[in-house]
Amino acid sequence: MTFLYNIGLYILMLQKMFQKPTKWRVMKDLILKDTEDTVVNSLGIISFVSFFIGGVITIQLALSTTGSFYPDYLVGYATRETIILEFAPTIISIIMAGKVGSFITSSIGSMRVTEQIDALEVMGINSINYLVFPKVIALLLYPFLISIAMFLGMLGGMVACVYGGYSTMSAFIEGIQTDFIPFHMTYAFIKSFVFAFILATVPSFHGYYMKGGALEVGKASTKSFIWTSVSIVVFNFLITQMLLG
Amino acid sequence: MIKVKNLKKSFNYKPILKGISCEFEKGKTSLIIGQTGSGKTVFLKCLLGLHPHDEGQIIFNKSNFQQMNENEKMELKSSIGTVFQGSALFDSMTIEENVMFPLRMFKNMPFDEMLDRVNLVLKRVELENSNKKMPSEASGGMQKRVAIARAIVNNPSYLFCDEPNSGLDPKTAIVIDNLIKEITEELNITTIINSHDMNSVMEIGEKIIFLKNGVLEWNGSKSNIFKTDNQAVTDFVYSSNLYKKVRKMYLDNS
Repeated sequence: MTFLYNIGLYILMLQKMFQKPTKWRVMKDLILKDTEDTVVNSLGIISFVSFFIGGVITIQLALSTTGSFYPDYLVGYATRETIILEFAPTIISIIMAGKVGSFITSSIGSMRVTEQIDALEVMGINSINYLVFPKVIALLLYPFLISIAMFLGMLGGMVACVYGGYSTMSAFIEGIQTDFIPFHMTYAFIKSFVFAFILATVPSFHGYYMKGGALEVGKASTKSFIWTSVSIVVFNFLITQMLLG
Repeated sequence: MIKVKNLKKSFNYKPILKGISCEFEKGKTSLIIGQTGSGKTVFLKCLLGLHPHDEGQIIFNKSNFQQMNENEKMELKSSIGTVFQGSALFDSMTIEENVMFPLRMFKNMPFDEMLDRVNLVLKRVELENSNKKMPSEASGGMQKRVAIARAIVNNPSYLFCDEPNSGLDPKTAIVIDNLIKEITEELNITTIINSHDMNSVMEIGEKIIFLKNGVLEWNGSKSNIFKTDNQAVTDFVYSSNLYKKVRKMYLDNS
C-alpha cells in the first residue's frame, strides 16, 4: 500500500511541478545553478570513471578473445558496442544516482528540516516548481555527459589496448568503425533522457517528502539512491525491449 | 484583522484543535501561548495555510481563506511575512539575497530599487553592512533579524512569528521582541507570535491567547494575566518562583 501511495504522490508531484511557474528571472538563475551542481560538477568523476572502466572493458575483452580465430578489430568493435549500448548510458547513470541523486535528496531534505520549504510555501511560491523543475531542465544536458563518457570510455579502451599490447591502434579504430549502427546512438540518447528525468525527479521526491531531522536526511539519501537505481534498471529493461527487442 | 471561527484540525483522527474562535487586531501584537503539545504550532500553521483545516473559518479582512481561489490565495500569501523558529533563511543565498527574495518573486522592480529597499530594512533591523555575509556566518540573533527583515521587506499586512526568540539569550530575545512590536506599530500590521517565553508575554503581549489541549482556555491582555484566577493560566504563566513573586508584587501594589 505504501508503495502505491508513493507512486501516486510522485505522480502528483510531477503534475504540480508544471503548475504555477516561478518567475523567469528567478528560474533562470536556478537553472544555471543546478546545471553547475548536477552537470558541470560531475564532469570530473564521469571522465575519470569512463576512461578507466573503458580500459578495463577492453583488457577483459582482449583477454577473452585471443587466438587466431578472432579478427584483430574485434576488441575495438566489442568495446564500442559495450560502451555505447550499456556502460555510458546505464552504468554512468547508476554512478550519477549516487553522486547527483544523494546531493539532490540531501539538499532538498535539509531545506525541509530547516523549514525553508515552508518559508517558500507561505510566501505563495510553488515550492515543487521552484525546487524540482530547474533540476529537470538542467539535466536535459545529461546526454552531453553521456557523450563524453562514450568518447573517454573508448579512448581509455584504445590506450589500454595499444599500450597493453593486445592489438594495434589501426585494428582498434577499424573495430570501432565496423558495422556501426547509428540507431544505437539514438537508443543510448533516448535512454539518457529518460534516466536524466529519473535522476532529477526521484531524488527530489525523496528529499521533498521526507519527515524528521538530520538523521532522516541521511536515510532519505540512501533510500533515494536505491529507488533511483532500481528505476534506472527497470526502465533500461523496458526501453531496450521496446527499441531493440 | 484576522478572525478565526470554530477552527478544528485533526491528524489521523486525533483532534488537535477543537474549535478555536478568536480575533487578531490590526496594529497590535498578539501572542499565542501554551504548553508544548497544546496545538500552538498547528494553529499557526493553519492560519498560514500550511495545514488545511478540517472545519471552521479563517477570515483575513473580510475574505474567507477557504473560499479564495488560487490567485487570491497567492495574493494574500504575498502580503504575509513569516519569521520561523529556526529563521528558515535560504542557506545558499547571502543575507542580501535572502532579504531581496520576496521582492524578486513578487515585484517588478529594477535591481537598484530592490537593493535600496533591502538596505532600508536591513538598517531598520540594525544589520547595515552585513549584505554579503552568508547565513551560516551570522549569529542566532542576527539570523532572526535577517528573517524579520525578509518578512517585512514586502510591506506585509500580516506578520507571523513562530517562537522568534527561542535559542536566544534573554537580552537579545528582548531586542527581537521589541523590534517586532515597533515594526507592528510602524507598519500598522496584524502580528501574531507563537511563544512560550514569559518575558515576551510581559514585554510585548498586547493580546494573549492561551491554548490548552487544542482549546482556547483564556484570552486577554498582559495586565489581565496578572489578575486572572484561571488555574490553567496561572499554573503555566507563574510556574517559576520569580513570576510568582512578580505577580504577588503586582497584586499587592494594585
